[in-house]
Amino acid sequence: MPDKPDRNAIEVVKVSKIFGSGEGQVAALDTVSVSIRENEFFTLLGPSGCGKTTLLRLIAGFDFPTAGEILLYGQDIAPLPPFKRPVNTVFQSYALFPHMTVAENIGFGLEMLGKPKAEIKARVDAMLKLVKMEALSARRTSQISGGQQQRVALARALAPQPKVLLLDEPLSALDYKLRKEMQIELKRLQHETGITFIFVTHDQEEALTMSDRIAVMSSGKILQVGSPRDIYDRPSERFVADFIGESNFLKAEVVGVSAGRATVKLSSGTEIPASLPEGLVPKGKVTIVVRPEHAQLSAASPSASLSGTVENIVYLGTDTHFHLRLADGEPFIVRRQNSRGTGDGIVQGGKVGIVIGGDAAQVLKD
Amino acid sequence: MANRFSIKHQPGFTAIAATCFIVLYLPIVVLVIYAFNAATSTSEWGGFSLKWFQSAWQNTQVIDATLRSFQIGATAAVFSTIFATMAALATTRTASYPGLTFKYAAINQPLMVPEIVTGVALLIFFSRIKIFTGYSGLGYLIAAHTAFCIPFAYLPIRARLENMDLTLERAAADLYATPWRTFRRITLPLLWPGILAGLMLAFVISLDDVVITEFVKSGGQDTLPTYMLGQIRRGITPEINAISTVFLLLSVAIVTLFFFISRKHD
Repeated sequence: MPDKPDRNAIEVVKVSKIFGSGEGQVAALDTVSVSIRENEFFTLLGPSGCGKTTLLRLIAGFDFPTAGEILLYGQDIAPLPPFKRPVNTVFQSYALFPHMTVAENIGFGLEMLGKPKAEIKARVDAMLKLVKMEALSARRTSQISGGQQQRVALARALAPQPKVLLLDEPLSALDYKLRKEMQIELKRLQHETGITFIFVTHDQEEALTMSDRIAVMSSGKILQVGSPRDIYDRPSERFVADFIGESNFLKAEVVGVSAGRATVKLSSGTEIPASLPEGLVPKGKVTIVVRPEHAQLSAASPSASLSGTVENIVYLGTDTHFHLRLADGEPFIVRRQNSRGTGDGIVQGGKVGIVIGGDAAQVLKD
Repeated sequence: MANRFSIKHQPGFTAIAATCFIVLYLPIVVLVIYAFNAATSTSEWGGFSLKWFQSAWQNTQVIDATLRSFQIGATAAVFSTIFATMAALATTRTASYPGLTFKYAAINQPLMVPEIVTGVALLIFFSRIKIFTGYSGLGYLIAAHTAFCIPFAYLPIRARLENMDLTLERAAADLYATPWRTFRRITLPLLWPGILAGLMLAFVISLDDVVITEFVKSGGQDTLPTYMLGQIRRGITPEINAISTVFLLLSVAIVTLFFFISRKHD
């Protein structure tokens, strides 16, 4: 991964957006603060209605915050109309101008900026090359496929060399294979142009594969910001753990805290180490999360962290899911990668032990 | 057997359709045929002739009335389309608010108020102004026609605007276009077929008007329809048929032209 300079391209400072008034008031964003670094691929991830698109619209200027500041390289842009912000958007519906050709669409932003004709032409050609659309420059946008429209939308937004590129679920209209291709394409474009990308999606897989950092949002708040690995391995809240990947939630009791880590006692009485979310000093009863592939199966023995009964075995080709029922009645899933010739005697209805390794458990804030 | 339940093959449908077409078009066909009548009567056939067309063409009153109709129609169509475009933008480019329905009603008022009422009202109102200003030109007719043409121009423009993707204008703003340039470069070109439809519809409606024109016009301000009405009162000759036939061809030509223009734009 290339080094990211620590300069912030965008700083969102205590931004709230309230729709409606009186009884019907809805806070789409509730005092959200986040910093997006220069030249990073930053993703706003969350279910529909979590406020991610609202935040994007505030940065683009299509809407204005009820409170708070949005700084672009230190300058407050929140009160500026969209045509005065050096920020461009790739829309979910692409929003290509149907009465213009591909080249005219791409050149539109530069034309509005009053660039000389020769410069526009050169820049449009470079953009067409960047998105591999040279052959179709004279086509109408209605005469090209969805994937090609997507590329034109990207080229159009990148052509004026914005300081930040905003992408509003741009891949959601594409079929699976094309989406995979465009994910790689987007990463390439971000790398080649060096422009800060802010990407909005509800697709956790998309977020994990493409982003340098992810902000997970829910109900108008940012719950956690971190690298894909941070978010996946160290979810800070139950919602984050649940929304991204599969999770086992276990009740536990904190018996000791030292140097940012805790020792927790499981329902079985076994004590295991667990990581803590930043800034949390837990005590008493907590919930811990263990990812299915971070736990191992063993023969039922006193050395195992937990023990359970195998209720179901689901073979998925690359790996196998073991659906277990713990002694206290809670479900638990263990995922194990398959290798050739693993027949290990684990059968449905059998008793097994579960080993939760030194770095597998994470204490949740809630 | 597949045709058995087809709606096109229900008994009586063909007969009803044929009757409708005959009732609609037979009188017009008869009118057109008698335009070529050599006799002076509109009911007795006296052989084929183009003399009534020639006579109409040489009748300066007909020429005057036609030119006046065009002048009023064109001016009123342009003004009403401009107003209708602004009204359509104002009523579709905002969030719904209380009073919006009332505004729709106000814009479409000429469709609901009986023409005769509007005619009488304008007669009284304009006569006051005439006394006050001394002006008695075509302005009154143009103003009246503009007013009742607005809803006809408004409807196709509004329909076009409502089908337009708002994101396009947002995208233009995002690409540094000021609101005026967004309107010029995005909204207006995409709205153009609707505006043309409104313009043509307004023109045809103005061309055709009798009731309001009859009340508002001053002496010597006959339009083609009011001139024809006046002639019929004195007794009909096939000259009226000839004028009607030309009028009909003209209207069909305008509608056809509009059809091709709007198809090209889509």
